[in-house]
Amino acid sequence: MREQELVQGNEACARGAIYAGCRFFAGYPITPSSEIMEYLARELPKVGGICLQMEDEIASLSAVIGASWGGAKAMTATSGPGFSLMQENIGYAAITETPCVIVDAQRAGPSTGQPTKASQGDVMQARWGTHGDHPIIVLTASWVREVFEMTVHAFNLSERYRVPVILLLDEVLAHLRENVVLPEPGELDVISRRHPERLENFKPFFDETMVTFGEGGRLMVTGMSHDEFGFPAQGKKAAEQLQRILKKIESRAEELAIYRAHYLDDADAVIVSYGITSRAVEESVRVLRAEGLAVGWLDLKTLWPFPEKLIRSCTEHAQYVLVPELNAGQLVREVERAVGGRVLVEHLGRLDGYLITPEEIAARVYDRVECLKGA
Amino acid sequence: MASEPREYLRIERLPHVWCPGCGHGMITHALACAMAELELDPKQTAVIGGIGCSGRTAFLFDMDSMHTTHGRAVVFATGLKLVRPALTIVLALGDGDAIGIGGNHFIHACRRNLDLTAIIYNNAIYGQTGGQVAPTTPPAKKSTTSPYGNLEHPFDIARLAIAAGATYVARTTSFDFADMVKFIKRGIQHKGFSVIEVLTHCPTYYGRLNDLRDPYEMLHTIKEQTVPIEEWDQLSEEERAGKIVIGELHRQVRPEFVESYYRLIAQMQRLQENSVDGH
Ligand SMILES: Cc1ncc(C[n+]2csc(CCOP(=O)(O)OP(=O)(O)O)c2C)c(N)n1
Ligand code: SF4
Repeated sequence: MREQELVQGNEACARGAIYAGCRFFAGYPITPSSEIMEYLARELPKVGGICLQMEDEIASLSAVIGASWGGAKAMTATSGPGFSLMQENIGYAAITETPCVIVDAQRAGPSTGQPTKASQGDVMQARWGTHGDHPIIVLTASWVREVFEMTVHAFNLSERYRVPVILLLDEVLAHLRENVVLPEPGELDVISRRHPERLENFKPFFDETMVTFGEGGRLMVTGMSHDEFGFPAQGKKAAEQLQRILKKIESRAEELAIYRAHYLDDADAVIVSYGITSRAVEESVRVLRAEGLAVGWLDLKTLWPFPEKLIRSCTEHAQYVLVPELNAGQLVREVERAVGGRVLVEHLGRLDGYLITPEEIAARVYDRVECLKGA
Repeated sequence: MASEPREYLRIERLPHVWCPGCGHGMITHALACAMAELELDPKQTAVIGGIGCSGRTAFLFDMDSMHTTHGRAVVFATGLKLVRPALTIVLALGDGDAIGIGGNHFIHACRRNLDLTAIIYNNAIYGQTGGQVAPTTPPAKKSTTSPYGNLEHPFDIARLAIAAGATYVARTTSFDFADMVKFIKRGIQHKGFSVIEVLTHCPTYYGRLNDLRDPYEMLHTIKEQTVPIEEWDQLSEEERAGKIVIGELHRQVRPEFVESYYRLIAQMQRLQENSVDGH
């Protein structure tokens, strides 16, 4: 048996990255994510990797994309203000199908906001922050061990599908220290990008195989809409290529969905939560169940592509759905859309930088369920 | 290996997108000649362009190439070079790209001193977007966004590069073909961050807006403003007014960043091994 150790969320992220094979990191200091870069600056050289502090977050993601085309598994980490600066190159990574992982330890915004209080305010930005239609995968985590696992998973998906993957943490989870047993080598799958069998006649922008710089592939990589060879294309060809990269991710929404389902079979009320808020939900569900309420809980790890069908099936027999999140109402809209008006969907938010408490959640669910009974 | 300039080019991709008379083609030609004279292995060479007419150079070289985002080419190259140290990387940047939007990245790249060669196509205007004022536009010159004449003071790219720590800095013009080839070659051979600033002409915008419509005339006007470094030292302050010094302006030996980082890795790994052995 391996012993438990006290690990901080950010450290779990950095260790997960190394476990997943990350050998290049570039970042710019910002609370609450800086410990990730500090850890990697210390540890990456020991495993033959590189960690660079850049001049800003635009440069950080630029360097990460360059390194990825050099063949390295690469990552950057930031918080809201830096995440905003990264949007330009998130689009570049998406259209050039560059594997890379971007960690955003969310803090209360907009702008400098409340440095540094927890928030879940970047959920929509993670999906739509860069301009134009684009594919993206967004994951999140609620416990320190899960931060490690989701970081590994973020790399796996990014390399497997050649898509930027965003991991949303938040200030509390990033700084939280928990007693954990982290995975041993070999315990979690580690996936690497696939190489085409031959270089002759291969199409660099056609499927999920990838050739990197220095292999003699005479690659052309551009952020302009391009054909399967990487040269500028417009009109129908541009549309076809965009459809292909969108479909690559959207068509896999259900298979990419990672979640934990609790007590959903008999649930009258369903709580849909993610990230740090799930910890409060866990406690509130325990209390409500003890009170005899048929409450179910869907704890999402994959936020985008949004698992629409999953939401629909989990709420089929419910009369009430609550989406607690540390923002003014973001993922709740997706839940509403998926539910399609069949059930009352409510949002429970907080903007003061403090976490939503189990009591708040329990009280809201209790009230509504009683009301609905009365109706 | 290839040794003819055309062997380095994607001839099948021609014609290029540049206007007739544009200086960008001359710089591209010089780069192809420099590569051929150095007999660079195209499999271990890469061209990385920014966004702008100049950045389009990346599409023309028959080797791994990347057309990045506006101003960021040098940082994409930083990540790439660090994980692929054997690659020879040449950057094709516009003046707006390199020191307008990319100014911060540029000075930091000079400071870091990675073994990269940046060619700056300085046409003193934003060509791609239709002739707006650039941070290099001379005082009083017209552009679509300085219709009454530029009120701002321009950057001197070569001097900026030297001050920021670049270890090889040369400036020439698209008129001086042999010098372009020579400086690009030396820049590539130099171990460190090399900047080759080429003063060039954009007849379509800079020329049209400043009564220099004829590319040939423009080329000569640029040439006439310049003074070779060998003569510059003999000129008085008054004689230097309005003139631009060209030639090899700076050369310095300073630790190259990629090598420094790999030395650190080797050192850390040795320590690791020793501590494992010690158990
Ligand atoms: C973030 C961003 N802002 C603005 C633009 C529009 N843009 C494209 S090229 C360019 C300037 C080009 O000028 P320069 O870099 O001097 O190169 P030239 O076209 O003259 O070769 C601008 C502003 C852009 N592509 N991206
Ligand atoms: S606009 Fe100017 S810089 Fe651009 S291709 Fe035409 S002449 Fe050259």
